[in-house]
Amino acid sequence: MSNYVKEDEAAEWLCAKCDIPLESKNVEVEYMGSKYPVALPRCPKCGVVFIPEELAVGKMAEIERLLEDK
Amino acid sequence: MGLPRIFPFFEQCSIGIRKSMEKKELLELEYQCIQECAPWCVSECPVHVDVRGMCAAMRTGDFASGTKIFRRFVPFPGIISRICDQPCRGICKRREAGSAIAIRSLERAALTWAPGPGQKPAVLPRKDKRAAVIGAGLSGLTAAFDLAKKGWQLVVFEAANKLGGSVWNYPEHELPREIIDRDFEVLHQLDVEFRFLKTAGLDFSIDDVLNDFDAVYLGSGNPSSAPPGPALTPEGVLTVDPVTFETEQAGVFAGGGLIRGEQNPSPIRSISDGRRAAISIDRFLQRVSLSASRDNEGRYDTRLYTNIEGIEPRAEVVPADPSLGYSAEEAAEEAGRCLQCECMECVKVCEYLAAFKGYPKSYLRQVYNNLSIVAGQRHANKLINSCSICGLCQEVCPENLHMGMVIKAARQTMVKQGKMPPSAHEFALLDMDYSNSERCALTRHQPGTEISTFLFFPGCQLTASSPKNTARTYSLLMERLTGGVGLMLRCCGAPADWAGRQEAFAGVPADFEAQWQAMGRPEVITACSTCHSVFKANLPHVPIQSLWEVLAGLDLPPTSGTAVPVVVHDPCTSRHEAGIQSSVRTILANMGCEIHELPLSRERTECCGYGGLMSFANKELADKVVERRISESPDLYLAYCAICRYQFRSMGKPTWHLLDVIFGDGDLETAAQKGPDYSQRRRNREHLKASLLKELWHEEMTLQQGDESVKLSVPDDVRDVMQDRLILIEDLQKVIGWAEETGFKLVSSRSGRFLAHHTVANVTYWVEYYPSDEGFTVHNAYSHRMKIREELKQ
Repeated sequence: MSNYVKEDEAAEWLCAKCDIPLESKNVEVEYMGSKYPVALPRCPKCGVVFIPEELAVGKMAEIERLLEDK
Repeated sequence: MGLPRIFPFFEQCSIGIRKSMEKKELLELEYQCIQECAPWCVSECPVHVDVRGMCAAMRTGDFASGTKIFRRFVPFPGIISRICDQPCRGICKRREAGSAIAIRSLERAALTWAPGPGQKPAVLPRKDKRAAVIGAGLSGLTAAFDLAKKGWQLVVFEAANKLGGSVWNYPEHELPREIIDRDFEVLHQLDVEFRFLKTAGLDFSIDDVLNDFDAVYLGSGNPSSAPPGPALTPEGVLTVDPVTFETEQAGVFAGGGLIRGEQNPSPIRSISDGRRAAISIDRFLQRVSLSASRDNEGRYDTRLYTNIEGIEPRAEVVPADPSLGYSAEEAAEEAGRCLQCECMECVKVCEYLAAFKGYPKSYLRQVYNNLSIVAGQRHANKLINSCSICGLCQEVCPENLHMGMVIKAARQTMVKQGKMPPSAHEFALLDMDYSNSERCALTRHQPGTEISTFLFFPGCQLTASSPKNTARTYSLLMERLTGGVGLMLRCCGAPADWAGRQEAFAGVPADFEAQWQAMGRPEVITACSTCHSVFKANLPHVPIQSLWEVLAGLDLPPTSGTAVPVVVHDPCTSRHEAGIQSSVRTILANMGCEIHELPLSRERTECCGYGGLMSFANKELADKVVERRISESPDLYLAYCAICRYQFRSMGKPTWHLLDVIFGDGDLETAAQKGPDYSQRRRNREHLKASLLKELWHEEMTLQQGDESVKLSVPDDVRDVMQDRLILIEDLQKVIGWAEETGFKLVSSRSGRFLAHHTVANVTYWVEYYPSDEGFTVHNAYSHRMKIREELKQ
């Protein structure tokens, strides 16, 4: 699931708190009792993640629906 | 109306009993949908030729499929296509708009233009039992044909020296001889033995045959071949069991002229008799029940309904050369006259039922399967959650099937099973809780009084849509009615009812009732027909009147009315409230408005796409519902439900609420104004409570709307996106407030804007923003329900 966020899109955002670029790292996401690791851009220091709009309203919404219908 | 027990869970029953009860209920509901019932031509035809299917193929010029269908039902197609007595024509629906379909001519045309390779019957392995057929007419040969295919050994006794019996009585120009010969060729492929010039009673006795064969079919048309005994009627025909065609003598069966007499010869019925007797003989030889599962053999009554309203009458196509029959073009044209009879009454008027490409019977099966799934994907969740529960289907259904009630019960079952997708209705349910929270809910006697004879209940959507109209209406009622008019601001609970949340719902009317009791049991005046229907159904002892019934009897403000005609849209929850519907028209007439009616109105009105929470569970479909409704008239609409008006105006249809018109806002500008978005709707409710408390009861209320320290400015295009994504300004205030406080946010190296996210209840909201002079400007917002295990470090 590592290609969900385009590199150039992730590169636009910096962690405002730590003032450093984000790095792709596996983060656990959970819904309806199912858990998955997803590679997301994340601040290596404080851990704040980036989920672009396209991912949230696209693939994530789709998976949410599938899990809800299970 | 109570809910049917849609596939309920009898906890105390064993699983086997439970399942069979559920199945029984499914079958009962399925029975109510008549879409799959046979068309009249098919049910009237003794062998049920699929005339509708043949016509569907032939209208496109596909004669090969026409022939294939025809051959499937009729063993001797050439003969039948020339001499069938066509009982179908007497009942063909086309007679009501022109004349009956010329089906026999179409059968002939199918065989002419695509005769096909003829029959290559599939024959089962040969069996050791022998059956005799006496008489080689149509019924006897059909019996022989069917039984030989089953593998039984067949001997046919015929008095004449050729096959066909009475078919030779038809003149050559009606039934050319080569057609007879060609049709009977198939019997020779089947290894049937023929004994010609053998007359029963003369050349052999029935008893001899009975001794030599395991079963006998009497199809001679001649009563002399009947077995001896008392089984003849006074008319001289043989009596048989009407279902099995068995005579009084076991193993002896009869059909055709022998049991029907010679008065009304019917070739197609002879074929049917032979076929039905063959089924019995096959079973007799196998020693299984002759009578089990023999429904709908021969002609029967169908329950189908086909609406022919608006169908242009068209006369039968006459062939240019009758001796040649139809040309291919003529046949296609005649087949095109077939109405392709079906019901689809509900699907025609309902965008929802049409959207899932089926009809109630198929949907019932999908709903049933969805509720019965133990593990795996529940594919019908969307089907179940998209219905508006408006009940129009029941109004137009010839059998009164109410899909909405099935759907509602299905939702209740899903909730009980814990399988209701949380995203479907959560926003609406939270909105209901908000309306009934201290921030918006209010119950008071009229200022300066301690008694309420009446209680005005505007409902959560009128207060949200127009606090101004709510306040004006309350003032008008206080001014015109005596005995004290109390006020109650809250939600009636409809969202929970629609969502199938029985537990959550039960508390809402109960809370209402407790407060109503405390108010001294006043007569309730509802402005919303949804509240009206909820109270009527759940609190039948509470006296209730619609605001419109009250206003129809009062003098209205002199500024009321509209300059242009109005098209009245009745809300779906007023469907069975003729009194409310008439009162609305009375009010409009009293104001001098010119009223236009929609094709579907009053008890047949359409939902605006909000009912049943459709617009939350399936926004795309709800938009289609609105589009359909607003395109039904070019004139301006008048709604008397705040949500109907909101829905229509959201898709650009100028629509007044009746209160606009009553209070002098019947201008085009008001009709064109877009309704407030979800955030503003919440704010309106809260502000209405505060302003009424202040103005009427001189009480101060602290507004809690959102985090007031986070002032947001939201451009219109972003507001629209938020509306579609069910994101409230309040939610974003919480996210930004949290991000600014903790510092957890991203910054764009390109624009300098911030992006922050935070989870509020079950949803994680993301907001792109930038500080402004006053507070913050919102540039984008989105959300998801998946939880991210982020593990933030300070």
